[in-house]
Amino acid sequence: MIKQISVFLENKSGRLAAVTKVLGLNDIDISALSIADTTDFGILRLIVNKPDMAEKALNENGFTVSITEVIAISIPDKPGGLATALEVLQNESISIEYTYAFVGKREGEALVILRTDNQQKAMEVLKKNNIKVLTEEEVYSL
Amino acid sequence: MEYWNKTCECMPREELRKLQTERLIDTVKRVYHNVPFYREKMQKIGLEPRDIQSLEDLKKLPFTYKQDLRDTYPYGMFAVPLSEIVRIHASSGTTGKPTVVGYTRRDIDTWAEVTARTLVAAGCDKNSVVQIAYGYGLFTGGLGIHYGSERIGASVIPISGGNTKRQIMIMKDFGTTILACTPSYALHMAEVMEELGIKKEELKLKAGIFGAEAWSEKMREEIERRLGILAIDIYGLSEIIGPGVASECKYKCGMHIAEDHFIPEIIDPETEEVLPPGSKGELVFTTITKEGLPLIRYRTRDISSLNYEVCKCGRTTVRMSKVTGRTDDMITIRGVNVFPSQVESVLLEIGDTAPHYQLIVKRVGNLDMLEVLVEMNKDLFSDEVKKIEIVEKKIRNAIETTLGIGVKVTLVEPKTIERSEGKAKRVIDMRNI
Repeated sequence: MIKQISVFLENKSGRLAAVTKVLGLNDIDISALSIADTTDFGILRLIVNKPDMAEKALNENGFTVSITEVIAISIPDKPGGLATALEVLQNESISIEYTYAFVGKREGEALVILRTDNQQKAMEVLKKNNIKVLTEEEVYSL
Repeated sequence: MEYWNKTCECMPREELRKLQTERLIDTVKRVYHNVPFYREKMQKIGLEPRDIQSLEDLKKLPFTYKQDLRDTYPYGMFAVPLSEIVRIHASSGTTGKPTVVGYTRRDIDTWAEVTARTLVAAGCDKNSVVQIAYGYGLFTGGLGIHYGSERIGASVIPISGGNTKRQIMIMKDFGTTILACTPSYALHMAEVMEELGIKKEELKLKAGIFGAEAWSEKMREEIERRLGILAIDIYGLSEIIGPGVASECKYKCGMHIAEDHFIPEIIDPETEEVLPPGSKGELVFTTITKEGLPLIRYRTRDISSLNYEVCKCGRTTVRMSKVTGRTDDMITIRGVNVFPSQVESVLLEIGDTAPHYQLIVKRVGNLDMLEVLVEMNKDLFSDEVKKIEIVEKKIRNAIETTLGIGVKVTLVEPKTIERSEGKAKRVIDMRNI
């Protein structure tokens, strides 16, 4: 499973910029990001090429960070690509907590990040149905 | 009716001092023999009841602190068996446990007597209709004023707090002439009245007795103007008896203390030295008629001064000035006393380490709002929004249960709450009272 960085952000201007600045200064590359927001705060989720270093750097700069394990899959970048993958999970009654996707990293492929309520089972089910699950090395070298 | 009890309220000072002396001697004997806490304290400094023969000897006696009531929670300082206690009230303590006070039948009678004096000073008589919007319950405000009003023979509406639209309807329909509530609630009522299009001329209101929180002359002017009434300041604390300890007369130049029941002193909060009349310092009270929970030199933490000159109204009882502040960090929100340390103890129970916090007090409209800022840390953080929201809710419920008022909890980023060298600045009070 892939290490995703989660950062607590107050709903104040400049906080997101501050995070990306720290990562930039530490030569860390962001592959994907997503923000879950509420009225008062947001959780920034990042896929980076050096997750452990990112955690350390952000901690040192006063951010509250945690690492969450997520699944990264690669699906054909065409209509129905995502639907197929999600149907596989639905058939096994696996719920998705959150998901976000990004294209352009691999030719003809879209990469999708998944957090489910049963990570182990989700991995097995996806593999069994020939959905390409990416390894840590593959994700961090994007 | 000018005074409820002219004999006591206008007693020549020499006679009053004699009365106080007798009662003080009796109280010291009683606590020495019935309250282990006081006996030990006195024995430690080699003091016996017979060493107290005059009011000058008062300063020989040890002080009592709120901490002492907390250490003897709940009934450790009662001077009578529980079977003789007919009423129990409580108010907030510095941390989890409340401060408990007990009354004998005679104490309830004394209480009604002193609050009756308060009401009559505001112009109350048996023809008055008194609307009591102080909270009824463990808080002493509601029941305290209630018994005093009934003693006078006024018609009491025991409506308690909240449901403002209904309060106003009742105030209009039932012909309320005297309003008893916190000053900020009175302003809130004035505002809702305006929203409802009800003019003060439509009401029969004549006066109001306001206390349980600090309020300025500016607020008084506003209340008097918007409600068309005489607004009287009253002072009390449940440890001493509740409301009824002191009250202004119609001349509004200081609050007359029921000196035949409570002896006041002003001390320097650091050195504990007694200060001369006119000096500003911490108010200390010794109860000289209470039976259930008599207290010797109880430090109130309120800052005031004493004026012994005879008042224009004819009362000879000493007047205390409006309370201008506290010597501790207690704040009052919507009439409820809140100690920042209460929040701290709640946060300690939630995570492994107490996160940094700060209390922001604002006045929105006329109601006090408390916002608790809590710094996020690894213990509280989660990758999922709903989990953080659960933690936020848990913190909020725990704080609300402990404080007894609704609060807003805002999670903030680490290191955003100011650290300080000495005592952390826990409270930012943005109200201009």
